[in-house]
Amino acid sequence: MTGTVTEAGPLPRRTYDVVIVGAGVVGCALARELARHPRLGIALVEAQDDIGQGTSKANTAILHTGFDAAPGTLEARLVREGCERLGAYAAACGIPVERVGALLVAWDEEQRAALPRLADKAGRNGCPDTRLLGPGELYAREPHLGPGALGALHVPGESIVCPWTTTLAYATQAVRAGADLHLNTAVRGASRDGEHRLTTSRGTLRARHLVNAAGLHADSVDRLLGHDDFTVTPRRGQLLVYDKLARPLVRHILLPVPTALGKGVLVAPTVYGNVLLGPTAEDLDDKRATGSTADGLAGLRAKGRRILPALLDEEVTAVYAGLRAATGQEDYRIAAHPEQAYVTVGGIRSTGLTASMAVAAHVTGLLAAMGLDLGPVREPDPVTMPNLGEAFPRPYQRPELIAADPEYGTLVCHCERVSRGEIRDALASAIPPRSLEGLRRRTRARSGRCQGFYCGPAVRELLETGLSGQTREVRRTTAGKPFEGGRG
Amino acid sequence: MTETGPAAAASRRVDVLVVGAGPAGLAAAARLAAAGAGRVEVLEREPAAGGVPRHCAHGGFGTWRRPSTGPGYARLLTESAERAGAVIRTRTTVLDWVAGPCRALTAVGPGGPETIEARAVVLATGARERPRTARLVPGTRPAGVCTTGELQQAVHLFGQHIGTRAVVVGAESVSYAAADTVRAAGAEVVALVTEHSRAQTGRIRAGAARLGHGVPLLTDTVVVELLGHGRLSGVRVRHRDGRTAVLACDTAVFTGDFVPDHECARRGGLVLDPGTRGPAVDGSLHTSRPGVFAAGNVLHAVEPAGTAAAEGALAARAVLDFLAGTPWPDPGPPLTVEAPLRWIAPNRVTTAGPPARHVLRTGAPLTRPVLRVHQDGRLLHSERPALGTVLPNRTLTLTARWTERVDPAGGPVRVSVG
Repeated sequence: MTGTVTEAGPLPRRTYDVVIVGAGVVGCALARELARHPRLGIALVEAQDDIGQGTSKANTAILHTGFDAAPGTLEARLVREGCERLGAYAAACGIPVERVGALLVAWDEEQRAALPRLADKAGRNGCPDTRLLGPGELYAREPHLGPGALGALHVPGESIVCPWTTTLAYATQAVRAGADLHLNTAVRGASRDGEHRLTTSRGTLRARHLVNAAGLHADSVDRLLGHDDFTVTPRRGQLLVYDKLARPLVRHILLPVPTALGKGVLVAPTVYGNVLLGPTAEDLDDKRATGSTADGLAGLRAKGRRILPALLDEEVTAVYAGLRAATGQEDYRIAAHPEQAYVTVGGIRSTGLTASMAVAAHVTGLLAAMGLDLGPVREPDPVTMPNLGEAFPRPYQRPELIAADPEYGTLVCHCERVSRGEIRDALASAIPPRSLEGLRRRTRARSGRCQGFYCGPAVRELLETGLSGQTREVRRTTAGKPFEGGRG
Repeated sequence: MTETGPAAAASRRVDVLVVGAGPAGLAAAARLAAAGAGRVEVLEREPAAGGVPRHCAHGGFGTWRRPSTGPGYARLLTESAERAGAVIRTRTTVLDWVAGPCRALTAVGPGGPETIEARAVVLATGARERPRTARLVPGTRPAGVCTTGELQQAVHLFGQHIGTRAVVVGAESVSYAAADTVRAAGAEVVALVTEHSRAQTGRIRAGAARLGHGVPLLTDTVVVELLGHGRLSGVRVRHRDGRTAVLACDTAVFTGDFVPDHECARRGGLVLDPGTRGPAVDGSLHTSRPGVFAAGNVLHAVEPAGTAAAEGALAARAVLDFLAGTPWPDPGPPLTVEAPLRWIAPNRVTTAGPPARHVLRTGAPLTRPVLRVHQDGRLLHSERPALGTVLPNRTLTLTARWTERVDPAGGPVRVSVG
């Protein structure tokens, strides 16, 4: 039975077996994991109008091997497990992943001296296949790298992944398997009378078990339950996204060598065929401070100019800032509170995307241990996600698809080559977009170098009319009067 | 005729393939078809031919004898190309070049993918405004931020609501057109904001906006931050003297700052001019790749539609010569500019015919400038192209009378302001 997706109106009066607060990548992964147990009633509640709207949409989109995690931590284990799980899941669902490998580039003697230790640590983290490269091999692999690099550590397993499709696949599978998704539902209070009673912006929600996957707000939700274990300090990461024409400049994820001064700035290709430069790392106290700053961008560009000088000549197609949930502890903050039938899933830092499926399995285990009867398992129907990755055939590149449906050959967004068919499919999907931003994340429409100069109004028209018939300009064209203005 | 249906075959040959059905492409196609160049096909990715003028619902187009609005001009050019026998295929996106010495492009449309081989190719892919992201304007990412192109389409082609209070970033001609569009949509223009010390449009137009419509012009001012979550709530501006202020608005239109849409040129490995960022061309619009020509605002972002159309016709002449067997010219020395000049087009000097004139841009106001043309330290030419002040973002021209004095084996030819 398919669950329902709501965005307004009163919430269901039923008591759910599990309510998950927060529909980021972790909350969605957990909803999917729990939805494998058809007897459970599950609700995923999200304060914003779409899934994956917080940290999950603004990260570096890397599928980590966990080579540089602190060995022995929960994070190290879940990242390693999660990487394998998500890798397999992505292959099955059509989520684009490219195993491009990473190069930790040493720019001075101190950094070069640190590489063998990092190789050692990688070995202890289950990555025995790293290799030290001298400058010759490094420049052969990355001919556009700026001058002065002394060597690198090659980590072949590091991959790039589509963070948006991953979150959407989890949520889609969960909803199709019976979980409810309640959007625009901010949790404001929590009490217990044998079961959880959550006060939300849309009324009361009742649950036997509660999971806090509220990301940046996990500490606030934790306090509603009477816990004061940690404080989330948003750590802002500003990123620049360069146009697809920059993609040939870089082949690997170019990582800085971590030093005492911090992790530094990376240059990485994206599965969409762009190049990322970032992030900054700024500790803030405002959880809404998702703006970029002139200083932040100037700093990134200065670093980018050293790493990949030619990148700076390309057009920037997006500037964004994500907030990572730092908690002052170099590990996740996952805590079971059996007496409250409550699990906190906090402090899921930048590795959360990679670890998401392993976190979900781990938390499901914690819930079972505190008495949640999972019941039988029925594997959910597989999902096939629309491919947003350039390493795999996009709809416009598939003659058989266009022959069956010419809408896949009718491109609307030219920079990203997004067809009307893909936009139509997104609007008709289980969790449809509610804004141009949501549509952009599902299809890439409007995310290219023109940012809507050519396609903006046409894409908006499709969103607003839900593709009920043809767009106005098309109607005019077929009527033989293509240039009559609507107004003015 | 306009064809939107499936291509007859997945792989075809034409005589001339024109990429882009804007003024330059349509004018080239019309001239080529009329001159009997064989099958002349124009590929256009939009649902309708005409290019940017389609959504410029204001006057200033056409000729002195036949003035027109943008949409009227687009229709005129389209009809004229079709009447001459050119085939315009809309909703057909050129994807890439087929590797190898032949001139073949891949394209896709509702009818599926196809490969089109041509004896000659004319790139007329036009230009676009750089959006907020490319300009690195910091702040949040709210809705309500657009370019003039998006604004005009939203209002004039789709009749969409655009917000109630708009800040227009820029004060050149296109910025004033954007302000007109904002008002035509029933919204208020809060201000025009320019980093320059005056508007870069005619004094009459600037005065009409300021006095007739009460739109303030904030000079020496830059937008330093966009504010708002969900929808734009305001823009923070900073004056050259350091003062800052927040202009409350729900819409920000980034105008001007045009760049060539050069993807097709780059994918084809064409040499680009570092100044214009468009393909480097000589006076007859030959690019660096034999058989490939370029015309219109992909060469110089941007000149008026009439200039683009005239260039299309010029390119057609060179295409006809090429099809008749005239050999491809050697690259010849590049034509470069020195600051404060930003770029010049055409920007190669070859043995092919010189252009009617070169167009240039300056980055700073020039009062009664004298342009000097040097090669290897030798003065070839100097002229005073304007009696008044030449402003940034406005057309500056240079004659080509000096071309024959260029040593084809010499170094770069430099244009500077004396």
